Amino acid sequence: MHQSQSNSSPALPLSDLPGPDVAIRRLKHPGRWISGGLVILLLAVIGRAFAVGQIQWTVVGEFLTAGVIITGFGWTLLISACALVLGVLLGFAFGVMRLSENPILRFAAWLYVWIFRGTPVLLQLLIWFNIALVFPKLYIPGLIDARMVDVVTPFVAAVLGLGVNEGSYLTEVVRGGIASVDKGQKEAAHTLGMTPSQTMRRIILPQTLRLILPVLGNSAIGMLKFSSLAATIAMGEMLNAAQRIYFINGAVIELLFVCAVWYLAGTTVLSIGQYYLERHFGRDAAMTTTERRWFKGWAQRPAVSREA
Amino acid sequence: MTLAVKAVGIRKSFGSHEVLKGLDLEVAYGEVLCILGPSGSGKSTFLRCINHLETPNGGYVWVDGAIMGYDLARGALQELPVKRLRAQQSQLGMVFQHFNLFAHRTVLGNVIEGPMIVRGLSRTEAEARAMALLDQVGMAAKASSYPSQLSGGQKQRVAIARALAMEPRVMLFDEPTSALDPELVGEVLEVMRNLARGGTTMIVVTHEIGFAREVADRVVVMIDGEIRENGAPQQVLSNPGDPRVRTFLSRVLA
Repeated sequence: MHQSQSNSSPALPLSDLPGPDVAIRRLKHPGRWISGGLVILLLAVIGRAFAVGQIQWTVVGEFLTAGVIITGFGWTLLISACALVLGVLLGFAFGVMRLSENPILRFAAWLYVWIFRGTPVLLQLLIWFNIALVFPKLYIPGLIDARMVDVVTPFVAAVLGLGVNEGSYLTEVVRGGIASVDKGQKEAAHTLGMTPSQTMRRIILPQTLRLILPVLGNSAIGMLKFSSLAATIAMGEMLNAAQRIYFINGAVIELLFVCAVWYLAGTTVLSIGQYYLERHFGRDAAMTTTERRWFKGWAQRPAVSREA
Repeated sequence: MTLAVKAVGIRKSFGSHEVLKGLDLEVAYGEVLCILGPSGSGKSTFLRCINHLETPNGGYVWVDGAIMGYDLARGALQELPVKRLRAQQSQLGMVFQHFNLFAHRTVLGNVIEGPMIVRGLSRTEAEARAMALLDQVGMAAKASSYPSQLSGGQKQRVAIARALAMEPRVMLFDEPTSALDPELVGEVLEVMRNLARGGTTMIVVTHEIGFAREVADRVVVMIDGEIRENGAPQQVLSNPGDPRVRTFLSRVLA
């Protein structure tokens, strides 16, 4: 006979076993209460510091809905949206090229990623903004003949700079997405007689899109924030508008906080949108996204409470 | 007896490993051919060479009056542009071991894809035909489900309907029941049995000896990239001449 016996408690004889309805007392977690209390204390200290610090909260409230700020936020949204669309288009185009049978196309896509992912986006913005120094005139026979400074306005430079840079990241993402679509999908399409371009457009890319959707959501959020870099090339987006105001009235930190509030509002809305978009596109997958809740552990408690 | 498929001297290597060592095979219209053989004998590769999912390194496949992937011009085989190759491939229906249903399309969407995109049928007509085919394989009730919601046997029946939707001259089956749970094998074999009864020309790579014995008109046994037996199921399965085929059969029949 084999008898296991823990060394802390004496052996439990069968005659002492309780009935099936015996009550269960859960393990206490005093450590959780202590760490939770410490964090609340810390938050309170930080909160109080800002409350009594040299910030005029009334000014923050006042400028939160100022016309210049709202207009600036509008530009921020517009730049982000245009740059994201450009980035996605470039990402898909170069991502497909990266997997081309043609080595020259593959090399071109690699070169694009190498250059634009390998240099800072702020530098790229400045180069686009000053591109007229390299090419004074933009001349495409029968299409465009104009001075470069008139074509590349701060807005165009911002969209090009941010979009082309984002495209270089998305190229790698799209390439990975395409590569991870099961090879059998392509074979099935070929045996039905679909050409390579039909297979790519109708079978591979739709499935790639679903795979890379979480990344695209992060791109959108990142883009909203990176658009603030356009302030440095005289683009009148929100941060630039805030700077112009505080150069006059000196309320530097107040106006920066105004920007922070709007950026947070924007990224929050995008995060919620991302959650629903992923859930929508995940409907045909094995329903994996439904288990990843956005407000995990907050709005959604697990149905069965588990004690660790 | 009209020939549907004639493979001539098919050779295929992956790197230095020679998988197919010059295979010849003829299949007539209306015939059901089962290809048996141990794992790694090259039977799937041979099937994939027939419809040019793998390009043979040597030899060629003639299907219904044309050489797959080539034009015969001035005594040489001129490679076809990809669009014409695809048109040829659509003449051969293919059913895969792992189903390969389009994950982002419903059952109905899977079946109408080829007819609409490749053959240019209208959606209404493609859907009407697709529903008839889904009914034939017993999957009409699941037309709006996604592949991830189906069992393996259901997926394979949809995959058969999808291949039939192109009205192919020949149906190719690449181990159609090997990825299925044992209790789901029967429903797929039943669909295939009905196809065979209806006169469909079929080349079936399989491990189901019982199916081969019952349904096949002819059985081919491949070992190490060569065809070792080729004849009526009774003769090949009960009284094989080749000793290695005997060893293989005694193992799978045991």
